[in-house]
Amino acid sequence: MHNQDFFLQALIYLGATVVSVPLAKKLGLGSVLGYLLAGILIGPFVLGLVGKEAGEVMHFAEFGVVLMLFIIGLELEPSLLWKMRRSIFGLGGLQVLITAIVITFVALAFKFQINRALAIGLIFALSSTAIVLQTLSEKGLMRNIAGKSAFSVLLFQDMAVIPILALLPLIATLGQPATLSESTLSKIGGMAQLPGWIQLLIIIGAIAAVVFIGRFMARYVFRLIAETGLHEVFVALALLMVIGIALGMDKLGLSPALGTFIAGVVLADSEYRHELETTIDPFKGLLLGLFFISVGAGINFNLLIQNPGMIFFFVLLLIVIKFIVLLILGRIFRLRKGFDFLFAFLLAQSSEFSFVLISFSKQNQLFDEKTSSMLLMIVTLSMAVSPLLLIFNDKAVTPIMARRYNKPEYDEMDEPENPVILAGFGRFGLVIGRMLLANNIKVTILDNNPTNVEVLRRYGFKLYFGDVTRPQMLEKAGIQKARMLILSMAEHDDALKVAKYVREKYPHVKILARAKDIFHTFEFYKLNVRSVQREMFDSANEMGATALTELGFSRYEAYRTARTFKHHENQITDELYEHWLEDHNRFIEETRRFSEQVSETLQAEKDYLIHESECAWDVDTLKEEALQKQQNTPSENDT
Amino acid sequence: MTDEMKILILFAHPAFHKSIINRALLDAVRGLENVTINELYENYPDFFIDVEKEKKLLQEHDVIVWHHPFYWYSAPAIIKEWMDLVLQHGFAYGRNGFALQGKWAMSAVSTGGRQEVYTATGANHFSVNQFLAPFNQSATLCRMRYLPPFVTHGAHTITQAEIERQAAHYRELITGLRDGKYTEKDFENIEYSNHLTLTNA
Repeated sequence: MHNQDFFLQALIYLGATVVSVPLAKKLGLGSVLGYLLAGILIGPFVLGLVGKEAGEVMHFAEFGVVLMLFIIGLELEPSLLWKMRRSIFGLGGLQVLITAIVITFVALAFKFQINRALAIGLIFALSSTAIVLQTLSEKGLMRNIAGKSAFSVLLFQDMAVIPILALLPLIATLGQPATLSESTLSKIGGMAQLPGWIQLLIIIGAIAAVVFIGRFMARYVFRLIAETGLHEVFVALALLMVIGIALGMDKLGLSPALGTFIAGVVLADSEYRHELETTIDPFKGLLLGLFFISVGAGINFNLLIQNPGMIFFFVLLLIVIKFIVLLILGRIFRLRKGFDFLFAFLLAQSSEFSFVLISFSKQNQLFDEKTSSMLLMIVTLSMAVSPLLLIFNDKAVTPIMARRYNKPEYDEMDEPENPVILAGFGRFGLVIGRMLLANNIKVTILDNNPTNVEVLRRYGFKLYFGDVTRPQMLEKAGIQKARMLILSMAEHDDALKVAKYVREKYPHVKILARAKDIFHTFEFYKLNVRSVQREMFDSANEMGATALTELGFSRYEAYRTARTFKHHENQITDELYEHWLEDHNRFIEETRRFSEQVSETLQAEKDYLIHESECAWDVDTLKEEALQKQQNTPSENDT
Repeated sequence: MTDEMKILILFAHPAFHKSIINRALLDAVRGLENVTINELYENYPDFFIDVEKEKKLLQEHDVIVWHHPFYWYSAPAIIKEWMDLVLQHGFAYGRNGFALQGKWAMSAVSTGGRQEVYTATGANHFSVNQFLAPFNQSATLCRMRYLPPFVTHGAHTITQAEIERQAAHYRELITGLRDGKYTEKDFENIEYSNHLTLTNA
């Protein structure tokens, strides 16, 4: 590739990214769809800026998946991974197995030969790590129960790619009397010729090598490099390690993604974890973007135009099959109340590994040209549709689920006349709930996290799973007879929504609200909710006092100072609220929100003295006066 | 009748929910026109007294009443904190401190012991007025006239009927002060301000 070509390509890809992705995000479509659209835009069908080399680019960009798994590994400590073993092997294993079987039978029904049907089953059983993980982190679902389950399944699938690659050539010979040709064997990465036990040894050896490198050597080398203080060398080393492991694994016929994932896990508790994460992250992001773009650019619209009905039918069929299998498995593995749907929608597409597997099958004469391009088309479209599925889930399924599960299941409320309703029982609500319960105040606690609900019920808390933004839920919790509603939830916008509704419908209920920041506080003020607690202010204020104490203030002095500061903050808040009321229509972008808050606060602060006022216990003016008196009438004995 | 006066009651009871007498007394004067009740423990549960606000309140009133139970022959801690912080040099006293000049000050206290024990031969050895000397002198230093206290004795044994009577007296005294019914002369040579109402009752 000439330099100019390279830069031109870079220009096109980067340009498409910069235009499409923010646009897609603004429209609420998510970045993945943005990249895909960018790809379609620059692809042969629309602008034709990129052509055949898109396939090559895709191959290159698949490295983004490898980097992504490395980063995910970094965030997963081994102990955490061990805890997930049930969902990785149970849920993941069953998903691959059952989906493969079902699709195989469907393929048979469409008159595919048994070996081809089996290959199709295996290829389509996989889901897209790239799309799903990108979506999960973008939507903040990594810690969500459905997100975690999806991740487990993907992890298993990544491991499953290796045996599938090994199986495909064998499948190709199924039903054919011919023995394996040498050329077929050599294509599967050089391992299949060896006896099974040696293969196993090689796999174990490779993993052990990665663990050894990560555990003992990498730290030593990282420290050496870090000591040089040259950041770019550190970047180079990090990339070197990841690329090295990926290449090594590839040579052995193992999954590069899996190899780097293990390396990531091994380094998860090392002191260089964060440094590595921030170093690799931009590369990952760009490459993944590139990957999605190349998927978009690779959509063969001519094929689509020739057989639109058939292709769409198969895409739909694929998604429906995967969805149903996932939904059932999700339920078996205790995903309920909409999380099962989220889980199923997340994984209902086909995988980027499918591209590799399809072209590999083609090399093995499993599919002819036409079939494989058809299959590629289905994979691509299922991936392209995937973000839309999630939007559908958010907009259509979640509300229905929320409504449905507000109907009592196990959440029949037996004490609906409690005076206090506590909405949100996480870190914040827990403290409030404990304090109220310790003082024998009856509290109806609502939380929208089912795991929370189950754990805390075990400790005897009266806790109900439910979404307070649903009016029915509030009514069932006894809002009509409650005296107080405490909004301790972290979902700030939802809290406002509930406050507004309760203010209008049940004005007698006193509302206490947890606020995110000063502007959120103002929104509550505007609803005439005045008992607002900024979630961070008080703990930060306390720590400020601790800092002063450690710096030599007496403890009481530090305490007074912190109190004065808080008092002053409250005054400023009231004052800023007045300003805010006057021109709150001013558009404040989310990113500017914080700096805006800081600058307004600091500006208002100039008008105040935050020090102890002259009311202190030891007053200078008193001393002065006493001294002057002494000078004027030295004989007089004053008090 | 002289001009109307504004009364500021600085009330302090750290366990108000358990209080019977002081609740009755306070309820008796609650909501009266030109009578402001400033519940210190309620307003400053963390003892963080808003000095500027308190100074302003003082300036707006003519009679200051420290109303509290008698704890260790004195006031609950927040009254002392209030005095320490609010009665500033240069505001309440000192060469330039004339803000309180000419106002009246008074204590309204309740004690567990009967009046007999607050005598030289009684268990407490000193009279209530002797124990109140710091308030007396503080008021004087602040250029205020310190009136005899309104005292409720025998808080532990008092009957409901007596409480009601006492509350009525308190109300009478406070409204009387407010309406300018009393002159400085009326307070001379009486031990407790209760006598003003008792004689009228």
